[in-house]
Amino acid sequence: MSADTGEKLVYMVNQIARNLTHESNPADVIARHVITFWSPRMKTTFLDWVAAHGLAGLEPAAQAAHTLLAGAGADAA
Amino acid sequence: MGYERQADFGTPEVKSDITVTVNIDGRAVSVPAGTTVMRAAALSGGSIPKLCASDNLKQFGSCRLCLVEIDGMRGTPASCTTPVAEGMQVHTQTPGLQKLRKGVMELYISDHPLDCLTCSANNDCELQDQAAAVGLRDVRYGYAGENHLGEQADTSNPYFDFDPSKCIACSRCVRACDEVQGTFALTIEGRGFASKVSAGAASDSFLSSECVSCGACVQACPTATLQEKAVKEIGKPERAVVTTCAYCGVGCTFRAEMRGEQLVRMVPWKDGKANRGHSCVKGRFAWGYAQHQERVLSPMIRERIDQPWREVSWDEALAYTASELKRIATKYGRNALGGITSSRCTNEETFLVQKLVRAGFGNNNVDTCARVCHSPTGYGLKTTFGTSAGTQDFDSVEDSDVMLVIGANPTDGHPVFASRMKRRLRKGAKLIVIDPRRTDLVRSPHLEADFHLPLRPGTNVAVLSAMAHVIVTEGLVDEAFVRERCDWDEFSHWAEFVSQERNSPEFLEPVTGVPAADLRGAARLFATGGNGAIYYGLGVTEHSQGSSTVMAIANLAMATGNIGRRGVGVNPLRGQNNVQGACDMGSFPHELSGYRHVSDAGARALFEAEWGVAIDPEPGLRIPNMLDAATDGEFKAIYIQGEDILQSDPDTKHVSAGLAAMECVIVHDLFLNETAHYAHVFLPGSTFLEKNGTFTNAERRIQPVRKVMEPLNGPKGNGLEDWQVTQELARAMGLDWNYTHPREIMDEIARLTPSFAGVSFARLDAEGSLQWPVTNAAPNGSPIMHIDGFVRGKGKFVVTDYVPTDERTGPRFPLLLTTGRILSQYNVGAQTRRTANSVWHSEDLLEVHPQDAENRGLKSGDRARLASRAGETTLRVTVTDRVAPGVVYTTFHHPATQANVVTTDFSDWATNCPEYKVTAVQITPSNGPSEWQEGYEALAQRARRIETQEAAE
Ligand code: SF4
Ligand code: SF4
Ligand code: SF4
Ligand code: FES
Repeated sequence: MSADTGEKLVYMVNQIARNLTHESNPADVIARHVITFWSPRMKTTFLDWVAAHGLAGLEPAAQAAHTLLAGAGADAA
Repeated sequence: MGYERQADFGTPEVKSDITVTVNIDGRAVSVPAGTTVMRAAALSGGSIPKLCASDNLKQFGSCRLCLVEIDGMRGTPASCTTPVAEGMQVHTQTPGLQKLRKGVMELYISDHPLDCLTCSANNDCELQDQAAAVGLRDVRYGYAGENHLGEQADTSNPYFDFDPSKCIACSRCVRACDEVQGTFALTIEGRGFASKVSAGAASDSFLSSECVSCGACVQACPTATLQEKAVKEIGKPERAVVTTCAYCGVGCTFRAEMRGEQLVRMVPWKDGKANRGHSCVKGRFAWGYAQHQERVLSPMIRERIDQPWREVSWDEALAYTASELKRIATKYGRNALGGITSSRCTNEETFLVQKLVRAGFGNNNVDTCARVCHSPTGYGLKTTFGTSAGTQDFDSVEDSDVMLVIGANPTDGHPVFASRMKRRLRKGAKLIVIDPRRTDLVRSPHLEADFHLPLRPGTNVAVLSAMAHVIVTEGLVDEAFVRERCDWDEFSHWAEFVSQERNSPEFLEPVTGVPAADLRGAARLFATGGNGAIYYGLGVTEHSQGSSTVMAIANLAMATGNIGRRGVGVNPLRGQNNVQGACDMGSFPHELSGYRHVSDAGARALFEAEWGVAIDPEPGLRIPNMLDAATDGEFKAIYIQGEDILQSDPDTKHVSAGLAAMECVIVHDLFLNETAHYAHVFLPGSTFLEKNGTFTNAERRIQPVRKVMEPLNGPKGNGLEDWQVTQELARAMGLDWNYTHPREIMDEIARLTPSFAGVSFARLDAEGSLQWPVTNAAPNGSPIMHIDGFVRGKGKFVVTDYVPTDERTGPRFPLLLTTGRILSQYNVGAQTRRTANSVWHSEDLLEVHPQDAENRGLKSGDRARLASRAGETTLRVTVTDRVAPGVVYTTFHHPATQANVVTTDFSDWATNCPEYKVTAVQITPSNGPSEWQEGYEALAQRARRIETQEAAE
């Protein structure tokens, strides 16, 4: 896994978050979007990148979504 | 089928609830009120002589050959202009009529060369037929007619000639150009026998005129005056097969007319429900690529991409490929493999490629080129309505009162449907065009859009929010519809959002560049003008907010009650011929056929039972993610059928780096395309003329593709259709596939896909075509969807907030580049560039507004350097006010342009559909190709080398 790919995925999560801010439960919807459309490799790359670099690069709603994804991480991977 | 002309009933079909019964030559026939005597006679099995009438044109009544006698009526009325009346007694053949007709015919023939035997239309000429029908034996006027004889033929069009000496001035060509095509390129001057047809001004030839070479006039001409060059060269066809055009998502039905193994011409088929007998230059004429000398006909392999290609047998190629795939799977794991399906191939071929990936490779790493064009349509319409497809058939446009065209250029991209739109617009429907560029639809002969909103590229969502703002705040919502059909809470949430001041046209004007007054006018027109239909194209989807824009469009249609009946709806205009089909067939990494998520255990179980393997419940990789994974060293092999990702996908450098990092790139195509520079295996493909199968057009219409000649990619009779190649590859990998015909693949699709349950080749042959869903509830298919309610239950309003793209202009890159296509070329141009269509478009040009051009010292014809933060290229400039200041525009049909070296890797938030339509650029004068272009040219030359066989001693 390269840093590049991780950064791209963080960018993607943030972009998804910005487009879903008007949902009543954005964190859920973002997490569901990632689970539905991303391959396991993309999910683990994303989680690994955040584990290494922290949450600072994520939009607030994306941070909350990350928490949900990390919780589900065991079975998503 | 043998070869005979398609029946012509003389005048167009009339619809009426009232039936009238008349008596023709003693036969009673019942027809809808308003039908002409001529048509009634034809329907009763008779045929009245005629020359100026044709059933796809309005009746004209000029030739006087179709005279009849009607009891109780004086004289001899023209049957093509006389409507039937109840109880009418018609006589079509009496001694008096015979004499009159002979007289008319004599006049025509005296002015016509009598070189029938050597004429290319001999035995296929209406004039000849009618002369025979009226029993002409002698011409009393002598043959000294001098009005037309000996005139110079116009051979400027690459596909057809105009020989005025054979013209009988029936004006069918002129009317076809006006009524069917809507281009108004032809005129007829003078009166009677002195009249003369010409293209454009007197000094114009067909090529220099406004003519778009659709062929409608050639089709309409009853003589050899307008005729295909191929008929002159090859001769009259002797057999014919009905099939479907393989170019765009309109999906026109054609009859391929053959002489031996040679295709003579493609003639639009009147029973085709998408095209109703019309065509465009691509489908009608641009099929020469099928025989082009650059077509590769032998499989080729090489171990490394710096080696020349080595031609091998099919057996060797397939065995090598299978062993490479197995080696890579063992070494790097099954997830290192993937495949890409093509929107140009048939449903059956696409289905097999995704089956090979899911069942053979054992993962879901399958994606399709539809990713780069219409994936947001799938996402947006599924979310809001519940089905990933357009809601209407093309016929529906006949009942539209207001058309809203956004991000689509139908006259170039979907020409035959554009002609149908224009026909309805000329009858009074209103038109709103939302596009950064003044497309041809905005202003053309006899047509002008009521509103053109020239928005800044990238602000679609803002414009649609502002339209919604006007509709909600001015009380124009169809509340009854919304209450009955949609989720009211979601609607209220949405209505509250769009009503905010920050979504008003006035507030957004500085962002969108659209004058608020125009925007308000357009919104009011759409909401109150009657049946409102929305048509959109890649200008909607290829944006960072592509999916949001599709949902904003759906919101607008629901709020105004424009869903679920004829004349309304949300209609994506698909780019390639089988984009809809490729999506339906399970080409996306998260979906099985029929749009069922791979995590859906019930759906998976069906496939697992049929295929006898376990299906991975996790989504696979999409194209850009495959490339990322390849650069990271985790993705090693790819099977690419009928798609040129190096040229069509954004950010060429990213694509080439990904491909270069793989160990086995398999390209299955007609030509050594750009992607093949990085390939290790080349499997020669077959054209649509060489295979059986089905395509699904933009109306969800499944249509047969029929083989008219043997595949050229093998010894005579041993060539392989593309589905056979995939099957052989699967077998070489140890899978037990035994399809003997694509019909068996369709049967499997029908077993596994609820919306295709009632589809089979037998049904398609019987019906001509079927629009899915074809189910027990809708055994004859579904022309219009969501009639009594949405597929998902309640229609879902989704708040779509405008989020500006991260691709911003600045001091270094102050202009916005947007991209599109033109009529004569198709997509990456691999096919059309290899035909005479290049006379209309030999290179990609950059459109620049006069002001921006002047600031940079550029004029039309100059070469300019086009640079973005991703890369740079050069191309020639054309200065035009079609684009707004600050916006430049180009097409991407030629590889030398490398327009995608410039586009960035930004993409749609929901689907990663690339943002082709917005790139910040700078342009400066330049005097030669860019370094990348030169380097690329050298690479291309090297990569295309084929090892020459040692000459035998
Ligand atoms: S080819 Fe089409 S556009 Fe050209 S003159 Fe004929 S009908 Fe008109
Ligand atoms: S060119 Fe053909 S269609 Fe046109 S007026 Fe002459 S004969 Fe009729
Ligand atoms: S409109 Fe499309 S489908 Fe029809 S002939 Fe032209 S390219 Fe083919
Ligand atoms: S066909 Fe009726 S007047 Fe020509």
